[in-house]
Amino acid sequence: MSVEHEQSERTIRCLVAKVGLDGHDRGAHVIARALRDAGFEVIYSGLHRSPEEVVQAAVQEDVDVVGISILSGAHNTLVPKILDGLKQYDAFDDRLVLVGGIVPDDDKAELRAQGVDEIFGPGASMDEMIAYIREHAPER
Amino acid sequence: MNDLVADLLAGKHSALARVITKIENRAPGYRDVVSTLHQHTGHADVVGVTGSPGAGKSTLVDKVAAAYRERGLTVGVIAIDPSSPYSGGAVLGDRIRMASNAGDMDVFFRSMSARGSLGGLSTATTDAVTALDAFGKDKIIVETVGAGQNEVDIVRTADTVAVLVPPGSGDDVQMLKAGILEIGDVFVVNKADLDGADRTVQQLREMLQHRGQGERDGRAGSGHHGPDQTAGGTTEDGPATNGERAPGTWAPPIVETVANRGEGVETFLDALADHGDFLDRTGRRDEQERARFAAEIRTLLREDANGLVTRELDRQGGLDRLVDDVVARETDPYTVVDEVLAPLRECLDREA
Repeated sequence: MSVEHEQSERTIRCLVAKVGLDGHDRGAHVIARALRDAGFEVIYSGLHRSPEEVVQAAVQEDVDVVGISILSGAHNTLVPKILDGLKQYDAFDDRLVLVGGIVPDDDKAELRAQGVDEIFGPGASMDEMIAYIREHAPER
Repeated sequence: MNDLVADLLAGKHSALARVITKIENRAPGYRDVVSTLHQHTGHADVVGVTGSPGAGKSTLVDKVAAAYRERGLTVGVIAIDPSSPYSGGAVLGDRIRMASNAGDMDVFFRSMSARGSLGGLSTATTDAVTALDAFGKDKIIVETVGAGQNEVDIVRTADTVAVLVPPGSGDDVQMLKAGILEIGDVFVVNKADLDGADRTVQQLREMLQHRGQGERDGRAGSGHHGPDQTAGGTTEDGPATNGERAPGTWAPPIVETVANRGEGVETFLDALADHGDFLDRTGRRDEQERARFAAEIRTLLREDANGLVTRELDRQGGLDRLVDDVVARETDPYTVVDEVLAPLRECLDREA
């Protein structure tokens, strides 16, 4: 059996993280469930996480995708801290970093320049997000 | 792959995480990694935590990890959650309750999904424990799904098994009697501030006193719970009466905790330590280890033998064709099995 198992398709693991002070996680729940239904393993962080906690979870859980949900507008301070933390643990290069929430266009370019792979704003479709992850999840 | 092992042994967290991923995925080469790590293991204490869903396992594990950290020990936690039988996906939510250890990398918390596998989970869990042990964790806690066969499997991985029982679960306890009650070395009535906690403690105590000889067969060196166990009556002393009744006999203590407030956690740790001492003093730890490796070898043998048989089956034209012949009454299942296994049998006989 082991021979067959070794060749089977691997399961994509995603962290869905709520950073900072906003206390609204219905969207994160919906996303977590949609990703689960797409066959992914989702680690949900819970509310009010610090960047350090998100990094800790992303490293220890060895997720393929770090999904950061921010509605509070604090993305310019929090996201770079997460990116730095991932780099510090050698956990940046082989991971997708996605940001979801309300990000003004001006900030998007800056976040992308810092290493965020994609940003999903309000109205982004779930199918789009799942397709994006399937296509871009890093080979390991 | 060797770099990965070297990085793990050097204490690199991302390497430990990646090794566990490879183990979970059964990625090419994972067996070599686990084989190499084996010689670096044998130092960690492994505690299994099980009990019905909602009993407060994650919250207690969080507080236990924090308490170990205060003592300067490093901790690894594996928390197992169920996966969807339809999509294979899972939401692994136990991490939410690890708030006390947020940002502390020396608590390595890893969520694992059951991935709907029969038996595969226990192999993956055992291998993940190997990785954490080789990494140098002092204490490893395995937290189970909360229902089913996996609870009994945990015994094969853990030195000490703690079973959580929520208050007011009299009927649950009855239900669990046949499985969970026998595997517990320490029992925890969590949420002890709730109504009905006293009654649950009482019920548990009565049931444990009737836990008879031989119930724990299959667990190494633990079949010595004779009638004398019920004679002492020391469990009447209080909620956390630990330890041995007669020499060489372990009477599982019942500990009351309110995990979300951190109450009773120290008592719980004492109970775990007492059981550890008991294992060392009586030589049970060695027996358990032997039994554990024996079980692991048996499991792996079965899996690999299964793989060989599947290959042979394919070589002989596949299962469907054989089934056709059986349906057509041209042959029968026994004959089919005889024929499929004939080449393997010949090989073995030739060697002998």
